[in-house]
Amino acid sequence: MTTAPGAPGASPLTAPLTVEFPFTRSLGPVQSAFLTGLRERIVLGVRASGAGILVPPVEYDPATAAELRELVQVGTSGTVTTWAWNSRPRPHQPLASPFAWVLVRLDGADTALLHVLDAPGPEAVRTGMRVRIRWAAERDGAITDIACFEPDDSPPAAPRTVRAHHGTFDNPVTGIVTPARLDYTHTPGRAQTRYLQALGGRRITGERCPSCDKVYVPPRGACPTCGVATAGQVEVGPRGTVTTFCIVNIKARNLDIEVPYVYAHIALDGADLPLHGRIGGIPYDEVRMGLRVEPVWTDGSRHPDHYRPTGEPDADYDTYRELL
Amino acid sequence: MTPPAGTVPVAVVAFAQTVHRRRTDELSEAEMLMPVLHEVLAATGLRTGDIGFTCSGSSDYLAGRAFSFTLALDGVGAWPPISESHVETDGAWAFYEAWVKLLTGETDTALVYAYGTSSAGELRDVLSRQLDPYYTAPLWPDSVALAALQARALIDAGHTTGPALAAIAARSRADAAANPYAQLRGAVAHGDPVVHPLHTGDCPPVGDGAAALILAAGDRARELCARPAWITGADHRTEAHALGVRDLTDSPSTRLAAERAGVFERPLDLAELHAPFTSQEVVLRRALDLDTRVRVNPSGGALAANPVMAAGLVRIGEAAAAIHRGEAGRALAHATSGPCLQQNLVTVLEGET
Ligand SMILES: [Zn+2]
Repeated sequence: MTTAPGAPGASPLTAPLTVEFPFTRSLGPVQSAFLTGLRERIVLGVRASGAGILVPPVEYDPATAAELRELVQVGTSGTVTTWAWNSRPRPHQPLASPFAWVLVRLDGADTALLHVLDAPGPEAVRTGMRVRIRWAAERDGAITDIACFEPDDSPPAAPRTVRAHHGTFDNPVTGIVTPARLDYTHTPGRAQTRYLQALGGRRITGERCPSCDKVYVPPRGACPTCGVATAGQVEVGPRGTVTTFCIVNIKARNLDIEVPYVYAHIALDGADLPLHGRIGGIPYDEVRMGLRVEPVWTDGSRHPDHYRPTGEPDADYDTYRELL
Repeated sequence: MTPPAGTVPVAVVAFAQTVHRRRTDELSEAEMLMPVLHEVLAATGLRTGDIGFTCSGSSDYLAGRAFSFTLALDGVGAWPPISESHVETDGAWAFYEAWVKLLTGETDTALVYAYGTSSAGELRDVLSRQLDPYYTAPLWPDSVALAALQARALIDAGHTTGPALAAIAARSRADAAANPYAQLRGAVAHGDPVVHPLHTGDCPPVGDGAAALILAAGDRARELCARPAWITGADHRTEAHALGVRDLTDSPSTRLAAERAGVFERPLDLAELHAPFTSQEVVLRRALDLDTRVRVNPSGGALAANPVMAAGLVRIGEAAAAIHRGEAGRALAHATSGPCLQQNLVTVLEGET
């Protein structure tokens, strides 16, 4: 977390936050056949009760919810039903140069497929124009096996009847992974900004509720009991009491801590809510409720690395029972 | 639906919203929410402990933080434990859940709130993650692109023109000049195409904001508000998620929800439509058969302030507030979610004469 440029102390803290995950999905028989078909340069649709032939195909009728299984092969050329010109492609979109978003009704289909059209400019695109699929050079069973559509200047295709298709392929695609990555700028708000700025000076601060007088650490700006803003800052600790703990036996990825170790709730002196932290400087099987601890800061760290015993006598149970 | 026979009528008795802004970097969600929560509570004289049911709407994808709504609850004062629920969509659907809860007679007051911080990420890309992950999401079509496909379909069908869309934008922002909470007000340039045929002026501002309202049933509503906005019907409907299956020039889900909510039974004075894009107002006016006697979006609508996940609840609040002030007798509020008006909620609010 860094301080944004601007007047010192006045600027809210900000930090980049990237959320990234693979969207892993299994495919049913219809979606599997469709995506495997794309790999083989074949476009499949499904026959629905009322709406004719749906491309891309779905497993359930949008109108009746009846199960759909009757696959048919449709054409690889089609007609644009609506379009929009994208002069500034965004990250991850199929083409890096300006293109048109299009809904295309492929020959033989009764519904339209969303994709992109490679065209020199918006003047080259119109509703009703003929387009054809440009296949990706490498195809692995995904909607992006269609690289894009391109204008199709060949004479309009003769009326064609769709052919039934068995929908079975060697090595069918049975699942997809759709990566998702979103970039954010995280801002923690006023209360957490004050808390983090104090931590930068190796001070731990809580905030007092003006209504019930409780001190919250770390503060989040509101008293969860009273629903009012906590504004009065209070320095707490640095010493505190272990209120409860657990012994961690599983090594976390990217975490350079030997197992087993102890993770504990620690009620800092003057706080009405325990925060959590790792306990070090004592064998894991000697940690106990009531143990008095203090933070250990390491060089360059913006928060306590862990807490260690102070050597004081254990706290009486009655002094922390309300904080369990 | 309209309220079943024998149920006690339910009304919106208080509404508050934040000033909607491009960014709220200095605020956490609880910090943004607290003022509007305090405002509706103060307007009714209620305290958190008096509220029978609390329901909120938001989406973790906007700020990129899991379970962010649980942190926002700190702003409510959720101890001792309260009866609480959350919808991962616009707060208008939280309003619907609270209305149904009150119709059951289990309680006679409810607090509904919603918030969104679109400024934390790239909203156009973030919203693309709500699309189906098999055929659509891998192409990363952004929210403006999908709305532009709908706009082109409307122009091709002869339902609107580029200048007509620009006029909707100009009327909305001019009306918003009188709305102190709006983000875009007064004359706003129609601008360059974002995704043609939609220009910057056809698109909503990106921003952060929150809203809250209080519902009360029967005599409780009359005690808490001089002129309650009675909910005479509310309904929500959805359409197929595949865009190519739908007729993008029409909104049958809006029309059906309106029928079930009783919209067409008597004339309306006011309609607050959740149409983030100018072209969507064209679709909604047609679906709802709104004639020129109905005042549409005097607040400026979502074209003036579009706090995603709260903008639909703001429509209900604006319609209710117009009734509270005696400026409308019968008002419609509409909320939408999903691409190209995929899901639609319609409610009717009425004041006593
Ligand atoms: Zn308190």
